[in-house]
Amino acid sequence: MTVSDRHRAYWKRTRALTIQLLLIWFCVTFGVTFFARDLMFTLLGWPFSFYMAAQGCLVIYLLLILLYARRLHRLDVEYGMQEVEDE
Amino acid sequence: MSAPAGSNRAFHAQLKKYFLWYTCGLLVFVALLWVLERMGLPKIWIGYTFLFATIGLYAGIGIVSRTAEVTEYYVAGRRVPAFFNGMATAADWISAATFIGMAGTLYLQGFDGLAFILGWTGGYCLVALLIAPYLRKFGQFTIPDFLGARYGGNVARGIGIMAAIICSFVYMVAQIYGVGLITTRFTNVDFGYGVFLGLAGVLVCSFLGGMRAVTWTQVAQCIIVVIAYLIPVAWLGMKYAGSPLPQFAYGRVMERLAVREQELMKDPKEIEVRQIFSRRAAAARERIERLPKSYDDGLAAARKAVEDLTAVQAPIPQIRRAERALDRYPESPEVARKTWSAELAANAARAAPLMPHGEPFWSGNPDPVKAQHERNNKRANFLALVFCLMMGTAALPHIMMRYYTTPSVNQARQSVFWSLAFILLVYCSAPALAVLVKYDIYTMIVGKHFSDLPGWISAWSHVDPLLLSVTDVNGDGIVQLSEIRLGQDIVVLATPEIAGLPYVITGLVAAGGLAAALSTADGLLLTISNALSHDLYYKMINGAAPPQRRVTISKLLLLLVAFVAAYVTSLNPGDILQTVALAFSLAAASFLPALVMGVFWKRANRQGAIAGMLAGLATCVYYIATRFPFFQGLLGLNPAHWPPWFGIHPISSGAFGVPVGFIVLVLVSLATRAPDRETIELVDFLRYPNLRSGDSGAN
Repeated sequence: MTVSDRHRAYWKRTRALTIQLLLIWFCVTFGVTFFARDLMFTLLGWPFSFYMAAQGCLVIYLLLILLYARRLHRLDVEYGMQEVEDE
Repeated sequence: MSAPAGSNRAFHAQLKKYFLWYTCGLLVFVALLWVLERMGLPKIWIGYTFLFATIGLYAGIGIVSRTAEVTEYYVAGRRVPAFFNGMATAADWISAATFIGMAGTLYLQGFDGLAFILGWTGGYCLVALLIAPYLRKFGQFTIPDFLGARYGGNVARGIGIMAAIICSFVYMVAQIYGVGLITTRFTNVDFGYGVFLGLAGVLVCSFLGGMRAVTWTQVAQCIIVVIAYLIPVAWLGMKYAGSPLPQFAYGRVMERLAVREQELMKDPKEIEVRQIFSRRAAAARERIERLPKSYDDGLAAARKAVEDLTAVQAPIPQIRRAERALDRYPESPEVARKTWSAELAANAARAAPLMPHGEPFWSGNPDPVKAQHERNNKRANFLALVFCLMMGTAALPHIMMRYYTTPSVNQARQSVFWSLAFILLVYCSAPALAVLVKYDIYTMIVGKHFSDLPGWISAWSHVDPLLLSVTDVNGDGIVQLSEIRLGQDIVVLATPEIAGLPYVITGLVAAGGLAAALSTADGLLLTISNALSHDLYYKMINGAAPPQRRVTISKLLLLLVAFVAAYVTSLNPGDILQTVALAFSLAAASFLPALVMGVFWKRANRQGAIAGMLAGLATCVYYIATRFPFFQGLLGLNPAHWPPWFGIHPISSGAFGVPVGFIVLVLVSLATRAPDRETIELVDFLRYPNLRSGDSGAN
């Protein structure tokens, strides 16, 4: 088995997904904390910037990782890239 | 290498059954001890029972999973299901300091402490997206293995070994220190014995069964850690937030806390106490400024006090007190400068106005321009610290090593999800716990008479006055907030008692802290001994060593490393503890650029990687050595001549080291020859889960 166009297309999509998720990760983390003092309003009884830094961002991280695992697994299947199990 | 899917499934089902029974057994054990406590079992016995039962359990798992096979020993046979690897990683990750100290740090620093929460969880996004699946596909044993293969040759591997050992060793000393501290506090054994007792717990596991034993022990430890953290939080939540899940309900408590903070800020008694502290600070400052004359004056005054009291035949205790003051008087003007500077800092800190818990980057400076400046500096440091901790998380060898142990790439990806899920159980609870405990202290303790204080206050201040001390500074018989001084560890340690839980839960918390420390120490110990035995000995010195011999050597080195670490710990190096957070910057700057670019940029070559790793590491080491107070003292540098860059604290040296590492790696790679065909094939092998080694371009 060699690196084919199918492989390259797979890698392109993997890389695009990685970059997108990293961008979200970056904006959530550094955006919210940079503007923390401007985001001190209360949302549903929670001080927004405190809540984001204490728990909100954490949950977003978890969802990002879940999304990545799911999407890449689907990509693996779509491009026939699943790992060969018998080595 | 991996077992057929069917047997993996059966294995998984069996594991689930075992650990379900184990969790039930743990709960029954706690309930049983509770009954015994009601029947009058002394507290010290509860402490002993928890200590020996849990260490015995870990030893048992170690004995059952003993092995001498290479893949079993180094990577647990690569058949740890994603879910269980997630639990093991969480236990590996949650260290003694996190378990016991995190909530306390949040208590003391308010919003600014959340940098640790963000940094130590957000890093897992990087682990998931950039590291774990590719390392699993690589499928060897250690991180230096990866560097050696991708950047051909022993130089990159050698730097990797060095960096892995530096980061892990400092970190490990801190864990063993934590073990010593917990065993001493709960069983009254001597600190030195505590250290070696804990060490026995670590060794029996990793020595017999390597990664295989460590993995299953860590899963067991993860369950203890989570239960021990969540039970007291749930109870305290019932008390103040009206819900056993205060993680979702502490918002209301925060509102009430903010109201209480406003009251206390204006309270005249509070202001009075703070003024007393600022007068004390001013006195210390004056004495420092008048050195060396003030030293002689002070010494003469102390001597005279003793003589005068003796002459008038004052009551014995009074004379004793004066004599003790003379005994403790600094022995030289240099020592006096240090002691008094510490006194100045301590008093100035306690004179500072009350910090609102929920306000980001708060500054109490009355001058608006200076206050704005302070706030900006705090924000810059917050961002830099979050950055370094995240990058460091994705570069600490003992965490990355865990992703070699899953059966497949897909499972490695899922396993990062489970890792963070278990970590969040603790990390999402810590901010809630900090708020609840703060609310308790602000409303139930502050304003009380000294005679009506709850029992846990005097109990814990007897254990260690650094943990908690309450003194009537202004002599009015009522507790003011400024009269309470607490160390960060007390928040978690005292929670069961604040929540009104029986002592058995305090014992469970201690067992949880011990499990957190032991599990992290286990992972680190394996990392260090594997770097030495697998990378240094097998890959660089004696490539012909038979598997049996490699495992034996690894076990011997493990013993050696463990004893060196325990010896260093038993010297009680308080200063080393401050340096733990530095490990993150060092790991990030030395590993991250080479690891990430190794997968995502085919053009990265050997020269670039070596230069990038060295440049990143050197930047961090230079910045830490010249800016970190402890090292400044060691090197005899005057802090005034070495101002921090952009006001960034040396704990975040990675904020400079990581970008330098990346830039140097790219520039040097571009300036030298492109990597050879074999390397390009390796990168393809990493990127595509279905390729087998040697596949790409082979025909």
